[in-house]
Amino acid sequence: MLLKLFFSFIQVGLFSVGGGYAAIPLIKSSIVDAYGWISMGEFTDLITIAEMTPGPIAVNAATFVGIKVAGVPGAFLATFGCILPSCFLVSFLAYAYRKYHQLALIQNMLSGLRPVVVALIASATLSILQMVAFAGKSISAAHLDWTGIILCLVAFLLIRIKKLNPIAVMVSCGVASLVVHGLFGVPMI
Amino acid sequence: MEAEKKKYSLVKLFFSILYISAFTFGGGFVIVTFMKKKFVDELHWIDEQEMLDYTALAQASPGAIAVNASILLGWKAGGFPGMIVAVIAAITPPMVIITAISFAYEAFASNRIVAMVLRGMQAGVGAVMLDVVASLGLNVVKEKSWVLMLIMIAAFIAAFVFNINASIIIVTVIVLVLAYELVTMARKRRNG
Repeated sequence: MLLKLFFSFIQVGLFSVGGGYAAIPLIKSSIVDAYGWISMGEFTDLITIAEMTPGPIAVNAATFVGIKVAGVPGAFLATFGCILPSCFLVSFLAYAYRKYHQLALIQNMLSGLRPVVVALIASATLSILQMVAFAGKSISAAHLDWTGIILCLVAFLLIRIKKLNPIAVMVSCGVASLVVHGLFGVPMI
Repeated sequence: MEAEKKKYSLVKLFFSILYISAFTFGGGFVIVTFMKKKFVDELHWIDEQEMLDYTALAQASPGAIAVNASILLGWKAGGFPGMIVAVIAAITPPMVIITAISFAYEAFASNRIVAMVLRGMQAGVGAVMLDVVASLGLNVVKEKSWVLMLIMIAAFIAAFVFNINASIIIVTVIVLVLAYELVTMARKRRNG
């Protein structure tokens, strides 16, 4: 049982190229469909929790499923399985990068990839900003979340101009939101 | 380079990644922006270009971006022990939090206070990412290369408008660069 758990999460770690949402169908097919270790309802809860908590979805899922199946040792084993392929593959890449990144061909490839990475981060940023502005709902004037928009703007200025610590600003945003919605009773959209 | 090596410390590496991993949620590109703020802007362990290279490698490899980027940073800062330290730091916070929540997840997921705090933190995450992406984008523009600008705009449209998987975009660009290099080499050989 523990071995099966270990190997199915090695599979998840090995084949989930592209992070996050690429891992979800893989986890579903082995953990829910093939082994039935957690139900579809639990799987949906898992995705909700993964979105609300820090950490990669694959690691969250491994811990969650591991605990359900075999307690804390299960959580360790599943998580270890899911990061093991990365440790080998990416370590090899780290070595290759250090050794070969001066080569003209690799230099050209990396300089072509850098704007791609900037674009990918920009795309992720815009998705998050859209979620903040419309409270995760569809785009319409009725869904505009002014608390979120104002918080985000103030936070941006504090980070950009005052150079404040980003995590401190982020946590302060959480507290500010609690004060505005909880204490002053501004309804959440 | 030797003088710079002294700044690396495994303890600092561990707590930096632990801290970032504990507070950033919302996918791989979020944690990468926080890593850029910490390791490029604050600690100066690596430069911006290297962080972008790490991001591309982490995204193109199987597994979670956060774990992959931690592995790369770990090797850079402390070789094999650095890699182990970085990975442990990256997975400890989610493991502890999920373990705690898994015993009472319905209470957690439907808690109003949790929802309020998370809503505000999301606004903060958006602000941090906007700050990082503004710096990164301006630096690409400053290079004044129309090829790089074109790649950036095309990749953005592919990702945001057409929702094409990030890995596919990265592999496509690798293939395009390779094709371009081959054509240039063939042309050189013909002319020379």
